[in-house]
Amino acid sequence: MSTQKTDNIVEIKNLKMYFPITRGLLQRKVSDIKAVDDISFIIKRHETLGLVGESGCGKTTTGRCILRLYNPTAGEIFFNGKNIARLPERKIRPLRSGIGSIFQDPYGSLNPRKTAGNIVSVPMLIHHTIPKNELNDRVSETLQMVGLDPGMIDRVPHEFSGGQRQRLGIARALACRPSLIVCDEPISALDVSIQAQIINLLEELQERLGLTYLFIAHDLSIVQHISDRIAVMYLGRIVEIAGSEELYENTLHPYTKALLSAIPIPDPELDKSRHRIILKGEVPNPANPPAGCHFHPRCPEAKQKCEISRPPLIDLGNGHMVACFRTSETL
Amino acid sequence: MSIERKKADDIVKGFKKRRTATLQWNFLIPVAVLSLLVLTAIFAPWLAPYPPTQTSLTERLAPPSFMEGGNPAYFLGTDTLGRDILSRVIFGARVSLSVSLLVILITASVGTLIGIIAGYTGGRIDAILMRITDISLSFPAILIALLLAVILGPSFGTVVLALSLFGWAGYARLVRGESLRLRQADFVSQARITGSSSMRIMTRHIFPNVINPLIVISTLQIGMVILAESALSYLGAGIPPTTPSWGAMVSDGRNFIDVAWWISFFPGVAIGLVVLSGNFLGDWLRDKLDPRLRQL
Repeated sequence: MSTQKTDNIVEIKNLKMYFPITRGLLQRKVSDIKAVDDISFIIKRHETLGLVGESGCGKTTTGRCILRLYNPTAGEIFFNGKNIARLPERKIRPLRSGIGSIFQDPYGSLNPRKTAGNIVSVPMLIHHTIPKNELNDRVSETLQMVGLDPGMIDRVPHEFSGGQRQRLGIARALACRPSLIVCDEPISALDVSIQAQIINLLEELQERLGLTYLFIAHDLSIVQHISDRIAVMYLGRIVEIAGSEELYENTLHPYTKALLSAIPIPDPELDKSRHRIILKGEVPNPANPPAGCHFHPRCPEAKQKCEISRPPLIDLGNGHMVACFRTSETL
Repeated sequence: MSIERKKADDIVKGFKKRRTATLQWNFLIPVAVLSLLVLTAIFAPWLAPYPPTQTSLTERLAPPSFMEGGNPAYFLGTDTLGRDILSRVIFGARVSLSVSLLVILITASVGTLIGIIAGYTGGRIDAILMRITDISLSFPAILIALLLAVILGPSFGTVVLALSLFGWAGYARLVRGESLRLRQADFVSQARITGSSSMRIMTRHIFPNVINPLIVISTLQIGMVILAESALSYLGAGIPPTTPSWGAMVSDGRNFIDVAWWISFFPGVAIGLVVLSGNFLGDWLRDKLDPRLRQL
């Protein structure tokens, strides 16, 4: 960690991802779904950045933009100092060995016709990261790393349990020893008992391999546990970023407050005293978001200003950033 | 090793043997039937009691030999020109089997290629390829086949060409739909993330996952192709009528079905055997290629 440039493994500047809504025979564009609407953030090397928000807020889209499964509408994505937002597929391919990914569904993300060995070895072969005669050793080593028996190398996905499949997915993500892993809801589809195992595995691997995670999830208690910093998204925008303890102890944005108040406490007596903030209304349609602050129609503390202009994401000094006029006024 | 133990081992062994044996029947029977038919086709000149075109006007419409009034010289009877049905069924295997095999091979390959490219690439390429497919499906295939027969002259090659020219479109539609669905699958996204090229994704991820429906459709097509070939023969655009084919025999006997059912019946049985064996073999192949059904 010498220079400023290598400190941040990912730097996102004004990223926008709009999906066109087309209509009619000629596929005329009528409007856009603003899945990601002008967001900026950084991911520091070796940290875990949690990205939370309700479904449809654009967290998965953000992840997929970084993975360049989508072509961003606008903005810049720096990966290790290199802007990958506009690179054509052909030029991205060699960079892909540096980024791995784990998806939510351990069933759909493995080709049912490939063996475990094939799934883990193909990324190595594509990127020529290791000589061919070491391939078997490396595959076994990778399987062991995620807690799978190398003897299972010839098994196909349906012969594994859900937790084992997710481990296999992690092994594939690790195949080329990437520096960044985008975890898109990696535990949401698993049993609670297995969730803990996978979280522990991810933490252990991070320590051992010096990985950086972008951890996308909607389960706040798990995000709090695993993340160093947390970014909260609402309707395509980031409303608050802070260190995970800071976010819980000094919550500033009304949306984050509501979100945190929804975490159940596993004690019925204490849970009764929990003050829940129930938001009114529904999440607006991202094709036609409200003017000004996207959150203002549901915000218990909204003012007139919030309906007119978009609050900027302001850094309060200690890395705590918030996009709310109320907090910036009280400063 | 105690005697009891040895006995128990034998029992276990016996169970294992029996299980593997029963598992193979759905493979062995269709393979036996099909290889028998293929061998028949190859060795037709030695197996057939008469040349397939030899007429014997005095023996016209003789019923099979095992029936009342049957002539023992003609096991399966004779047709309107006194030709031996058995010999014609044996020789007919040549045309029917080779045409159907060749046509299915060509149409399935072309259709799969176009379907995967259209489905996976999407966008403009998909639109163009699928419009071509639509045009191909809406063309009156028989009319074009007749035209081809006029231009190229009726022959084996013309029949294969005519049947292949339009047969691929059905495969293309099916495979395109499957590819479109698979393109959205998480494992395809993962393949892109790990750096696989489009070519690799199409051949290693999409293709193996469209094989199932492909096999089902292909085996069903066997009967269709044999009958389509007979339709062409009937219209005079097929293989010259002197060459026997099962499809042509079935349609020849249609007018005499009330007086001489055996003319159409026996080639019909042959077609049925091929189609049935093909379907069974297809089922077996599909299960064999699907790791989800793999026996541990």
